[in-house]
Formats: sequence, C-alpha cells, structure tokens
Amino acid sequence: MKKDKIIAAILTVTALSAISGLALITIFIFREGMPIILRTGGGEFFLSADWRPRDGSFGIFSMIIGSLAVTAGAMVIGMIFGLGLAIVLTQFAPPSLAAVLKPVVELLAGIPSVVYGFMGVVTLVPLIRNRLGGPGLSVLAASIVLGIMVLPTVTSISVDALQAVPRSFWEGSIALGATRWQTTRMVMLKAARSGIVAAAILGMGRAVGETMAVIMVAGNSIEIPGSILAPTRTLTSNIALEMGYASGAHREALFATGVTLFVIIMILNCVALSVSRRSARERSFR
Amino acid sequence: MNCPATPVEPRIETRDLCVSFAGKPALKEVNLCVYPCERLAIIGPASSGKTTFLRCLNRLNDLTHSFSHAGQVLFDGREIYAPGVDVSDLRRRIGMVYATPMPLPWSIYDNLAYGPKLAGIRNRVMLDERVETSLRSAALWEEVKDRLREPAHNLSGGQQQRMCLARVLALRPEALILDEPCSGLDPISTGKIEDALAELKSRHSIVLVTNNTKQAARSSDRTAFFLMGELIEVGATEQVFTNPVDKRTNDYLIGQFG
Repeated sequence: MKKDKIIAAILTVTALSAISGLALITIFIFREGMPIILRTGGGEFFLSADWRPRDGSFGIFSMIIGSLAVTAGAMVIGMIFGLGLAIVLTQFAPPSLAAVLKPVVELLAGIPSVVYGFMGVVTLVPLIRNRLGGPGLSVLAASIVLGIMVLPTVTSISVDALQAVPRSFWEGSIALGATRWQTTRMVMLKAARSGIVAAAILGMGRAVGETMAVIMVAGNSIEIPGSILAPTRTLTSNIALEMGYASGAHREALFATGVTLFVIIMILNCVALSVSRRSARERSFR
Repeated sequence: MNCPATPVEPRIETRDLCVSFAGKPALKEVNLCVYPCERLAIIGPASSGKTTFLRCLNRLNDLTHSFSHAGQVLFDGREIYAPGVDVSDLRRRIGMVYATPMPLPWSIYDNLAYGPKLAGIRNRVMLDERVETSLRSAALWEEVKDRLREPAHNLSGGQQQRMCLARVLALRPEALILDEPCSGLDPISTGKIEDALAELKSRHSIVLVTNNTKQAARSSDRTAFFLMGELIEVGATEQVFTNPVDKRTNDYLIGQFG
C-alpha cells in the first residue's frame, strides 16, 4: 500500500511537470510577443504588409496571407487525395489490400519533413519552373508538398470515420439497388460527415504549423503572393528564418508571429475536437 | 405482375446451386422453384444455408469476397449470374428485408423515397404516391402519416421493420425475399407483418426464411426444409407439417435437433 502511494506521488509530479512545462511555454510566448502587438495597436501589426525589421516596421499581413494560401492549397490537394484514398480503402478495395495500404499511408507520417522539402526542391520546383513558369519556388510547390504531408492524417481519420458507419447502412442501401458509388456518395459520406470534417481540420492544423518543408520550397519572399506561381513566406517560416539573428523589437515581433500561429492552431484544434465529440455523440444515438 | 390461376412457369428457379465461402461448402446442389403468387417458407436449423440461399437470389453474396458458386439461378427464365446482368435492377426486382431493421439515418420519407430515386424517379407527386401506397401495403401508413419527416430511428422496432418492408415495396419488386423478418419482434408486430405478407401474396412471389416453424405453418403456402446446406424436402406447407416425407424433417419439426 505504501509503495502504491509513493509511485502515485512520483507519477503525479511527472504529470504536473509536463503540464506546467506547457503552461510556461505558453506564458513565455505571450509575455514576449504581446507587448509589440499592444504597442502597435494590433491593427498595424496584423494588417500591414510592411515587414522591414531594420526600419522598425513590423506587419505580418503578407505572411498571414502566405500561410492561408499555402494551407488552402494543401487542403485542396490533401482532401481530394486523402478522402479519395479513404473511400477506396473502405468501400472498394478488398480487405486484404486495405490492410496493407492503410499502414503504408500512415508510414508517410514518419518521414522527416526536411526529406519532403528536399524532394520538393529537387523534383517539384524545377518541374513547376519549366512547365508553368515563375521561379518554381512558389505557393503551388508548397501546397503540393504540404498536401502530401497531410495525407496520412486526413486518410487515417477519414478511414476511421467511414469504418465507424454501421455496416447495416451500407447493406441496407445496396439491397435497395444502389451501386457501391451511390451508396458511398449518398449514405456513407453523409453518415461520416463530422469525422471527415475533423480529418480536414486536423490536417489543416498540421499544414499551418509545418515549417521546414515550406521554407525549402516556398521561396520566402516578403510580398503578398500575386498568383499560385509566386513565392511566398508563411508565419512559421518567418520565425524560423529570422530568429537566429533577431534582437529587440524584431525579436518581439517574431514572438508575436508565434502568438498568432498559436492562436490559429488552438482554434483549429478546438473546432476539430468539438466536431469529433459531436460525431461520437451521434454514433451513440444509433 | 399478373398471376394466373394455375401457375406453371416458376418465377425463381435454382438448378444445382452450390455455394461455398473460402472453399467451405454452404449450399449443395439445391434445386428449388418459387412460383408467382405464393409464399414459400424456408425452415431449418442454424447454419443450414437458408440465408445463403436467400442472398443468392438477389446476388447479395457477391459482396462477400470469399463467395463462389456453381449451378444456375434463373429469374423469369433468365440466368441472374450471367455476364451483363444489371445487378442494381435485379435487386430492385427482388426486394430484400433483413432480420434486423436497417433504417438509413434519414427521415421516414427519405428512407422510402431512396429506392425509387435511385431507379430514376424524380417527380415529387410520383414519389409521394409511392411512399403512401408502400406504407399502406406494409400496414404502417396510419401510424406514421403525420410524421413522415421524423427520423426513422424514432420508430419502434416493429415499426422500423414494417418501414423496411415498405421501403422494399416502394421499389415495386416482383419478388420479396425476407430473412427472418420477425426474429426480434413482439407477437403483435409479427402479426401485422404476416397479415401484410398474406395481402402482398396476390401480387408477388414471397420467400420467407424463418426460425419460427409456427410462423412457417401459419403464413406460407409451401415449405422447404434445409439441413447442412442441402434441401431435404419441399412441399405444400400442410403436407410438410403433418406428413413429412423425410425423417429428418419430422425430427426437426418435433424438436429432436436444431
């Protein structure tokens, strides 16, 4: 009994220190980043596209746009392929093939992001430059690389959502003369809707937060991208590229960029969590 | 769907139908006919091949990857496993009701209208008409006519099962195949379904798989007895129940095994 208590105490301390570590990081980022946002009144910081640290003007609007553009592109690619793959794996492929393919897709998550970036620089960027024009380092390149990187997240959560739909829905629909595709479209996707939305949002969180691969293929120029072939800089890239030599107000502005990212990802995760909770509740009704 | 007084041509006929799953035989050389305007009951102990037989008739077994078959299944004289057969169309002509109600997660109306919509009917008036007549045939109209927009899973189990019967009827099928449709239902709901089947017999061929021998005796014209994947005997229900030809049928009916 005494031993139990000691072990419980040790485990409690470890758990609390992990949580307090997270809390400290949060407090630190906000303490470092908030002053400059408050000092410039917020409006200028978020809505000005003027980022010239040497002259003391810090506006992250172009990077917000960059992050949004790259993430949106990544989600288009990630959802088309990820959801498509999930549909094939759950509705069309024989179970033996699905049992092999799903782990393979999940394995993609284990490849370091710098490797994705490297592949992008070596193959994708020249391809875009030669075929579509522009510098190659672009919103499009970053979107494609990120789209591939979010595939494991989107696919495996969508597969889980589709597999959680009761088999009776599927059989009921087939027996009424629906084809597999009609059943997928009209019954399965509708019933798995909230799980698929959660998959999209979690994938989005991953895309917004990714840094290394994006730095390597996005070009990192500090202008609002005019087209998908133009280079861009994301919030994450901005921090990673400049933190090494920043000081004073510049450093504060980078922390403030971090605060912005932090809030965006927090919101995405909260939405994903509430959507997936709702889908769990819907399931319990059936 | 016209029914002559003395039917000669079977609506559904199996010839030496053998089925196996992953090499394990489930049906052995079954030769069985279903005539227009009759209710054929299939009885037999568990894993005797009743459900497998039923699921061959609308090719639902195709969806099981380990399924393989030999022999023929003829529907109106045509082989349903022949290449080029429209399986969706076949499943609309041979409507299936499962052992457990399988409402889709929509309103009652949408459940009923789903099949006709798949068949290409878009006209609102026609859909409304199909929904109403089907629900009437399944003896459910009076209970749900004011709540067609409510989710189908709000219905009781017995109502859900009648809704599933109505959903199949909305396809205007020529044959109905039912897999223990009353297994989870109370006697009153069971009675309602049996009455509906008696009514529907005038227009459809009905195959009723049941574990309840009393139900087979009550609501069928002919009865087939399956055992270990073989058709042991088939005959007029009264004859099978009072004077079975095969000893095994008699043993099953008096409860010696099964």
